[in-house]
Amino acid sequence: MRELTYAEALREALRQKMAADERIFLIGEDIGVYGGAFAVTAGLFNEFGENRVIDTPISEAAITGACIGAALTGMLPVGEIQFMDFVTLSMEQLVLQAAKIRFMFGGKATVPMVLRMPGGSGTGAAAQHSESLENWFVHVPGLKVVMPSTPYDAKGLLIAAIEDENPVIFVEHKLLYRTKGYVPEEMYRVPLSQTNVVRQGRDLTVVATSIMVPRTLEAAEKLAQEGIELEVIDPRTLNPLDEKPIVESVIKTGKALVVHEAVKTGGFGGEMVSRIVESEAFDYLDAPVRRLAGLDIPIPYNRNLEYHTVPQVETIVEEARKLAHGAY
Amino acid sequence: MIEELAGKTTNGNSIVANAPELLAEIGPERARQMLQTMMLTRAFEEKAVELYSLGRVHGTMHLSIGQEATAVGANFALTNHDYLLNTHRGHGHILAWGSDVNLMMAEFLGREAGYCRGRGGSMHIADVDANNLGANGIVGGGLPISVGVGLSIKLRKTDQVCLTIFGDGAANEGAFHEALNMASIWDLPIIYLCENNQYAMSMAVQRAFNIDRISQRACAYNITGVTVDGNDPLAVYQAVREAKARAQAGNGPTLIESLTYRWKGHSKSDREAYRTRDEVREWQQRDPIPRFAAVLNLAQKEVDALQAEAQALIEAAVVFAENSPEAELSTILEGVYA
Repeated sequence: MRELTYAEALREALRQKMAADERIFLIGEDIGVYGGAFAVTAGLFNEFGENRVIDTPISEAAITGACIGAALTGMLPVGEIQFMDFVTLSMEQLVLQAAKIRFMFGGKATVPMVLRMPGGSGTGAAAQHSESLENWFVHVPGLKVVMPSTPYDAKGLLIAAIEDENPVIFVEHKLLYRTKGYVPEEMYRVPLSQTNVVRQGRDLTVVATSIMVPRTLEAAEKLAQEGIELEVIDPRTLNPLDEKPIVESVIKTGKALVVHEAVKTGGFGGEMVSRIVESEAFDYLDAPVRRLAGLDIPIPYNRNLEYHTVPQVETIVEEARKLAHGAY
Repeated sequence: MIEELAGKTTNGNSIVANAPELLAEIGPERARQMLQTMMLTRAFEEKAVELYSLGRVHGTMHLSIGQEATAVGANFALTNHDYLLNTHRGHGHILAWGSDVNLMMAEFLGREAGYCRGRGGSMHIADVDANNLGANGIVGGGLPISVGVGLSIKLRKTDQVCLTIFGDGAANEGAFHEALNMASIWDLPIIYLCENNQYAMSMAVQRAFNIDRISQRACAYNITGVTVDGNDPLAVYQAVREAKARAQAGNGPTLIESLTYRWKGHSKSDREAYRTRDEVREWQQRDPIPRFAAVLNLAQKEVDALQAEAQALIEAAVVFAENSPEAELSTILEGVYA
C-alpha cells in the first residue's frame, strides 16, 4: 500500500484536480517558488506556472475576496491563508460576503471556493500562530468547515471540497503535515458531511477532531489493554454535521466524550454535546457528556506550558478512563 | 497621473468640452435613454420614500437622489458583457445596468418575484446572470471581490471589464488598499469608480481625508487617477470609456473619482445635523436631470413625455410587485447552501 504524508496527499489532490480542470487556480502568500510556509504547494508553481499558482502580497482580505470574485465568475479558486490565525484579517470577506452571497441573492449565485489554512499548536510559534478558530466558522451558515485528520481524508476531502459549490473552510493541522498513511493514487472523494466511525468500541464514544483523532486512537490502544474499548468518531466536516452516526454510537455506549484542541469555552465541543443531549441518545446516557479541550488561554510559548495547554494522549487516556469507570 | 476634469458646475451646462462629440458617439436615442434612466432612478426612489412613509415597506433604504448622473454615465459606457459590483446606495447603478424595474420593485417589497426572492431587499439587489454581481451592504465590501473578478477575466482571456463602484467612505477602508494594490500589480481590467457624495454617513470628506482629491491616491498604485464632475453623465461616461480602453489594452485599473452630492440623508434614521440647508440647496442647483436635458437640447414637451413614461413604469412596477406573492415561509431555509 502506497503511503504519503498528509502534506503530500494534499498536494496530490491539488495537482490532480488542477490537471483535470483549468478553472482551478491557487492563490496565497508564498505558495509559488517558496512552495508555501508548510510546503503543501511545493513544485506546483513549476508544474502549472504563475497563472495557476498565484503569489500575492500580504493581503488576506484581498486573497479571500479574489477567491469570491473568481468563484462568482466561473472559476474554482483554492486560496491559502498561511496560518489560520491570519484568517482574522479575512473575516469580513468570509462571513459577510462568501457565506451570505448565495442566500442574500435568493439562491441565484454560487461561490465555489476553498480556503485552506493550517491551524493548531505544538510548533512553539506562540499565541498568534497557533490558533484553532474553526468554531467561528461553524457559527456562520453558508460556510462549510472541514478538518481532515489523516492523509487519506486530506486528499479525498480536498477533492470533494474543490468540487463542492459552496465556500469551504479547509482546516489543516501543522503537526499532521508529516504524518504518513495510505493514500490511493487515483482521484477519489471523501464526501463532505459524512462522519467517520474510525474505531469500534462498546464502552465509550469519543468524538474527536483533527489531530485529536490520532491522539485518541493512541489513547484507545492503551485503554484497550485495560479492557476499556473506545469508539472513536471523526466528524471530518464540522458543518453541516452528519450527526446520525454519533447519536447511534452514544445509544450503543451510553457515554460520550468530545475532544478538540480549540479552547473549551464556545468551542465545537459545546455544540457536539448539545446535539447529543438533544437527541434520542439522551435516554441512553449513563453519565454526563464530557468535553476535553484546550485551556481557555492563548497558546503560550514555553514548551512545557504549550504542551499542557491542549489535550494530549495521556490526558485523553485519563479522562476517558474516569468516564468509563463511572467517575462522573 | 491626475487629470483634473472637474470645474465650477453651477451654470447648468455640461462642463465636458467635447460634449457634442460624445453625444454624436452615443447617438440621440441612447442619450435620451440616459436621461430617462436618471428620471427612472429618481422616480423609483421617490416612490420608495412614499411606500415607506405609508408603511408598505419596512427596513431602511439608501437613496441616491442627486447622484443619478454617475450611475448612468458609468454604466452606459459598458455593456452587460462586463461586470458590475456596487454599493448599498445602488438603485441607480442597477437601473442603469438595464435591470428590470419590476423585479427591483418586487425585491424592494420583499416579494418572491424579486431579483433575490425577497431575501436581499433594497441593499442587496443582484442579477448574476446579467453579470450584476451584487450591491454590497458593507462599505468597501466589493473591493476585494473585484480583484477576483478581474483575475477571472484575465485568466479566461476575455475582453470584459469589472466596474466597481464604491463611496468616499470605502476609500478609507483597508480593503481599498489591498484591492487597488493587487489590481495594479497584476494589471487587472477593473474600473474603480469612487462616488464621492461628500459624506460617509455624517463624516465629511474634508474631515476624513487630508488630500484634495481621492483620485490622488492612484499615485500610490501607479495607476491613472481622474476626478470628474459626477453630476455630468457625459463626464463620467468619458472617463469610464477611457478606463475601459485602458483596461482592455492591458494597462490595468483606473481610479475615477466622481464628485456628486447626496441630497437625502444617509438612511431613514438620518436627521442631517452635520450639514446646512444652504449647502444642500446649492447642490440642488446642479441637479443632473435638468442639466442633462438642457445639454440634449430637448423641447420641454419631450422632457415631460420622458418623465411621464418613467413615472408610469414605476407605477406599473408597484402594481407588479404588490400583486406578487410574499416570500413563502416554507422556503425560509432555501439558498443557504448550493
